Amino acid sequence: MSRAPHHLWHFHGGLKLEGNKAASTTHAIVKARLPKKLVIPVQQHIGEPGHLLVKPGDNVLKGQALAESNSYVSAPVHAPTSGTIVDISEMPSPHPSGLNTLCFVLESDGKDQWIELEPVKYPNSKSPAQLRQIVRKAGVVGLGGATFPTAVKVNPGPGAYIDTLIINGAECEPYISCDDMLMREYAAELISGCELIQYMVASKHCLIAIEDNKPQAIASLQQVIKDKSLHNIEVVTIPTIYPTGGEKQLIKVLTHKEVPSDGFPSDIGVLVQNVGTAVAVHKAIHLGQPLISRIVTVTGEGIKQPQNMEVLIGTFISELVEQSGGYHKDACKLIMGGPMMGFTLQSDQLPVTKACNCILVENTEEESPATMPCIRCGACATVCPAQLLPQQLYWHASSKNFDMVQDYHLFDCIECGCCNHVCPSQIPLVQYYRFAKTEIWNQERDRIKSDHARVRHDFRQARLDQEKKERDEKLRKKKEMLAQKKKVEANAANEGKDTLVDPKKAAIEAAMKRVQDKKAALKSATEKTDETK
Amino acid sequence: MQFKTASSPHIAQQNSVQTLMYKVLLAMIPGTIAMIVFFGWGVLINIILASVVALSSEALMLWIRKRPIKTYLFDGSALLTACLLALALPQLAPWWLTVIGTAFAIIVAKHLYGGLGFNPFNPAMVGYVVVIISFPKEMTQWVPPLLDDYTLLSFTETLRIIFANELPLTYGWDAITMATPLDTVKTQLGLELSINEIENHKVYGPMFGSVGGFGWEWVNGLFLASGLFLAIRGIIDWRIPAGVIAALLVLSNTFALYDYASFTPPTFHLFSGGIMLAAFFIATDPVTAATTTKGRWLYGAGIGVFIFIIRTWGAYPDGIAFAVLLMNMAAPLLDYYTMPRAFGHRWTEFPHHHKEHDDE
Repeated sequence: MSRAPHHLWHFHGGLKLEGNKAASTTHAIVKARLPKKLVIPVQQHIGEPGHLLVKPGDNVLKGQALAESNSYVSAPVHAPTSGTIVDISEMPSPHPSGLNTLCFVLESDGKDQWIELEPVKYPNSKSPAQLRQIVRKAGVVGLGGATFPTAVKVNPGPGAYIDTLIINGAECEPYISCDDMLMREYAAELISGCELIQYMVASKHCLIAIEDNKPQAIASLQQVIKDKSLHNIEVVTIPTIYPTGGEKQLIKVLTHKEVPSDGFPSDIGVLVQNVGTAVAVHKAIHLGQPLISRIVTVTGEGIKQPQNMEVLIGTFISELVEQSGGYHKDACKLIMGGPMMGFTLQSDQLPVTKACNCILVENTEEESPATMPCIRCGACATVCPAQLLPQQLYWHASSKNFDMVQDYHLFDCIECGCCNHVCPSQIPLVQYYRFAKTEIWNQERDRIKSDHARVRHDFRQARLDQEKKERDEKLRKKKEMLAQKKKVEANAANEGKDTLVDPKKAAIEAAMKRVQDKKAALKSATEKTDETK
Repeated sequence: MQFKTASSPHIAQQNSVQTLMYKVLLAMIPGTIAMIVFFGWGVLINIILASVVALSSEALMLWIRKRPIKTYLFDGSALLTACLLALALPQLAPWWLTVIGTAFAIIVAKHLYGGLGFNPFNPAMVGYVVVIISFPKEMTQWVPPLLDDYTLLSFTETLRIIFANELPLTYGWDAITMATPLDTVKTQLGLELSINEIENHKVYGPMFGSVGGFGWEWVNGLFLASGLFLAIRGIIDWRIPAGVIAALLVLSNTFALYDYASFTPPTFHLFSGGIMLAAFFIATDPVTAATTTKGRWLYGAGIGVFIFIIRTWGAYPDGIAFAVLLMNMAAPLLDYYTMPRAFGHRWTEFPHHHKEHDDE
């Protein structure tokens, strides 16, 4: 029984790019050698960094949590192998900023000894929330590159309803083939992961979208679905157009729905997960294994033997290159990710992280022609998958007119690089958009800061005013009271003089009079006696 | 090992402004050859002269503006301006007319506004308007297309006329120049002849050929064919010429149906004068045109409407240059009000809704 082909839609623009995937798919995934030293960044996800659970000198087992956070949007990191934590310090990590981040340095003991694992035998006996907790503890993040904590993503939240789960196996960027190889070799695990995610989000349908340049992956998944006779999971072959693997573009192709600019896929009842993430969910639940390894494509003209490798997180890129035959003599550019959206690395002494899907090495190319002024040809607008006007964005970004770039919806730009690719004037358009975005964010931050400062200043001023007012009031009251008292006394004095006879005074006066009278009588008596003498 | 850093994307870009311009120039060759065949050596001499002037003005301005001369001089844009202007000028125009037009186009209309990519007006059309307003008499020196009664001037004779204003001994100006079909129609309609009478006139009749004027039909046909080729290859945007042609077709058809004696038929409109050159090669100059999809339709249609208005009621026989310049002015406005709906947005968030929004 063959199902009617799924109806597909188009997103605007896009490019047909040279795939260049064949070189890295000639043989099966190779397991990278166990490295002697691993460097594991504390933060490898979007969200809050975890707090440290180990200290230098601790011995750890494979799969033991090294850092964990209590905040909701976060993911723990685990020891990829057994050994000793020799250092925890700021070290360079593969990030576009090139900044140092806090990393664990783990010296492996070569035993690769697992911590005690707790596989879930019957996932259906657990509630979705319990399964999410397991996924969360396992440090699973989106392996398509965004590294958003999966446990958060598979929680649709109260009132939300996920109709369609989309498993993203498009892998539209040239050169990258890790998802392709994963689908070929881990088809059963992938389907199991899909079932688990479907259970967690209670979705009706599950579509696994794969570009038509991966026939082997499509076949192997279809075989598993057939063997397990699953009816609500469907493999959908989609045309190979870059960037059809973008979340919003893929949703459009499969469902014709557009994710609102200020919303999430869940707003339109869709959840998208990468194929690698689905396998990681399977491993976390069925095997109890945390996310400590991933598949990395090591490829490009600058690599002698391109291939896909299963790599422990924290392994140095240099070791992968060495195990892939080393660099070609003309190798000059080291890229993490694909050629359209990846970023360059200055050195290969950097660890593989959860986000690292591809190590691409390019050879020296001839000097590209000089950048010319924009001739407004509009080629960029015809390929823009976000339906923007890239040349207007460029115009306003280069003149730093940040209000206008937002009017032209700069923040809907996904930086896919299509406009850049077709520009006849060789303008590095995406660079301008990144610049404008950063500037706007900075301004926004400054604005918030100054708003905050102003509020604080206003509050302080108000407090001081209030205090002054209260002090003045107190003073005034005191003065008033004093004045009142004085007035009363003064009144009393005046009144006594004029009319009233104080009885006390009268008594005293009377007494005084009596005394005087007595004295006078006494005096006259003595005078009399003196005369008689 | 230290690696090179760069911003994504990391795939080399394939297109270049230069290739774009040269492809357009190459596509102009068939129509140009037809013009040389029908209108004589003057066409070629004009092109060469205009190109020399354009390139030297460009070099001069780049040097004054301290721009990399090597990068810009041969980007093809100056050459394209020169060719478009040269094809629009009369074949026997005196040399200084071509020099003034071209120099003005490059120096004033292009470089004083900031050079390639920054000029709001089509330089070739600015150059054309400058000379047609300043030197109306010289701008009538069109050679009649290869007809039996007229002898085609030789290369040296043409050179002498253009550079020394020396006519061959036996001819007067009247013998070697002639009004274009568009001009004739305008004059004769003014004399209250009907279209039918003009087309069957014993003197003027033959010049009208079968649809758009003898010779002109071929020139326009070839520009149409190569223009379509460019549009199919995506080198020019097909919406602009489609807009021009559609507007012209609708208007001329409506008026001809209304009064076929005083309004020329649509076929004549489409195949006379420089209409195909204008639609496919002049109006499609990306720098001065609208850039959005809808904006380009409107931009093209606007040009078509203005051409019809100027041809029918205006003072000039052909109004391409004015039509293009008028729409150049409207291009930024068109762009703003025809912004496409960005992905994940509702229409109500867009400029044409701003007013209502503000009123609320």
